[in-house]
Amino acid sequence: MTRERRVVEVFVELADTLVEDFDVVDFMHRLALRCVELLDCAEVGLLLADRSGSLQVIASSSERLDALDVLGCDDGPCIECYSRASAIASEDLLTDYDRWPSFAPLAVKKGFCSARAIPMRLRRQTVGALVMLRTQTGRLDREDTPLAQGLADIASIALLQERALSESHELVTQLEGALSSRVIIEQAKGILAEQARISLDAAFLRLRAHARANNLRLADVARGLIDGQLSTAILAETPVR
Amino acid sequence: MAADHTHAVLQAVAEAGSRDETTSIVDWVCSAAVALLSLEGAGVSLMVDGELRGVAGVSDPGIALVQELHLSLGEGPCVGAWETRAPVIEGELSALGGVRWPMFAPAAVEQGVSAVFAFPMALGRIRIGVLVLYRERAGGLSADELAYGLVLAGVATNMVLSLQAGAPSDELHGMLAGEPPHWAEIHQATGILSVQLGVSLEEAFVRLRAHAFAQNLSLGDVASQIVNRRLRLAPA
Repeated sequence: MTRERRVVEVFVELADTLVEDFDVVDFMHRLALRCVELLDCAEVGLLLADRSGSLQVIASSSERLDALDVLGCDDGPCIECYSRASAIASEDLLTDYDRWPSFAPLAVKKGFCSARAIPMRLRRQTVGALVMLRTQTGRLDREDTPLAQGLADIASIALLQERALSESHELVTQLEGALSSRVIIEQAKGILAEQARISLDAAFLRLRAHARANNLRLADVARGLIDGQLSTAILAETPVR
Repeated sequence: MAADHTHAVLQAVAEAGSRDETTSIVDWVCSAAVALLSLEGAGVSLMVDGELRGVAGVSDPGIALVQELHLSLGEGPCVGAWETRAPVIEGELSALGGVRWPMFAPAAVEQGVSAVFAFPMALGRIRIGVLVLYRERAGGLSADELAYGLVLAGVATNMVLSLQAGAPSDELHGMLAGEPPHWAEIHQATGILSVQLGVSLEEAFVRLRAHAFAQNLSLGDVASQIVNRRLRLAPA
């Protein structure tokens, strides 16, 4: 199979995975593996900045502690790439000890000779970096630069997808909550009416009074009564206004 | 082609909306289904954890009786579509012979429905309900009709979620809050029964349903009797 064929195959595979049963962690791991294969490097890491701006590894091509250790340094290509929001390269890590005093010596010790990082962008913001570590010195093939950028862009698309999905999931949770709430409120009215031998309207007033007096949501009071955490006696104690 | 079906569905939804402005956008999707697939009616049921929790839309009030069968009998294509996450196609209800939906099938036939098709409404792995289509004449769905059904379910899902996005986080959007008749009483009666019988709410609901079926009464009527203290059930 020609390399071009393989590149196309990988892109199709990644696009398919974005749609079918999408799992972001799984996807990122798969992407890292494909990067290693297509970009002729030893290890690939995908890092995302957290709320405080520190880069966290979200996926790497292997569990090898070595690789993960190296990616967690206080300086290095990932940090520089992220803070400068541009592609970074080191053709020979031995010459970059001053540039990256923590990362470079550690990487060399682990057998890595060169490194490259590409920013991951979401709309106009840089949100992380894709880093490639090689066991040989030298630069990435000129032809591979757009390919590497393309793969980094796919990672960004996956993140966008994840965000859109989690917003939708949140909506569904709200929908379910609202649907369930109105059912349990009616059920609770029935329970209280029967236990306290009062009318359904009176039962509703008691539930509402208790909710207001204790700064609770009506649905939570209903849930409490149903689960047995709130007894009829307690509800009877709350003065009804 | 998917694009053609989507286009046709959206057009049909818009047409349904222009015909009757008093109904909700989810109702329009149901009406569009009726127009596109020559149906008796269609309805969107919202479900939580496999339990029917609301009716978000219907093609017309007349289909409500058939829609209600799912809840009152605890049987029907909704549960199947929910659990299997796949369309349920049943083209000949009268030929089921009690093997599938022994109560739902004859009751639906009695209401003039010979075929039912149910499409799960989901976003990836997350399910929100089922779109059910009812047809007077027996027969399955062609590949084309199946495609329409899938697109309609997708559009309905988007509509429901878009509406909910516009509601305060604690509440249902007004257009999703339509309640079938006797809805509140059914749940109140469930609560009352759970105390009378000393059982869980789930069990109480099963007993309510069983009593209605045994007495050949509607779920709503029995609930009404219980809520108005004209009926008490004793522990078995």
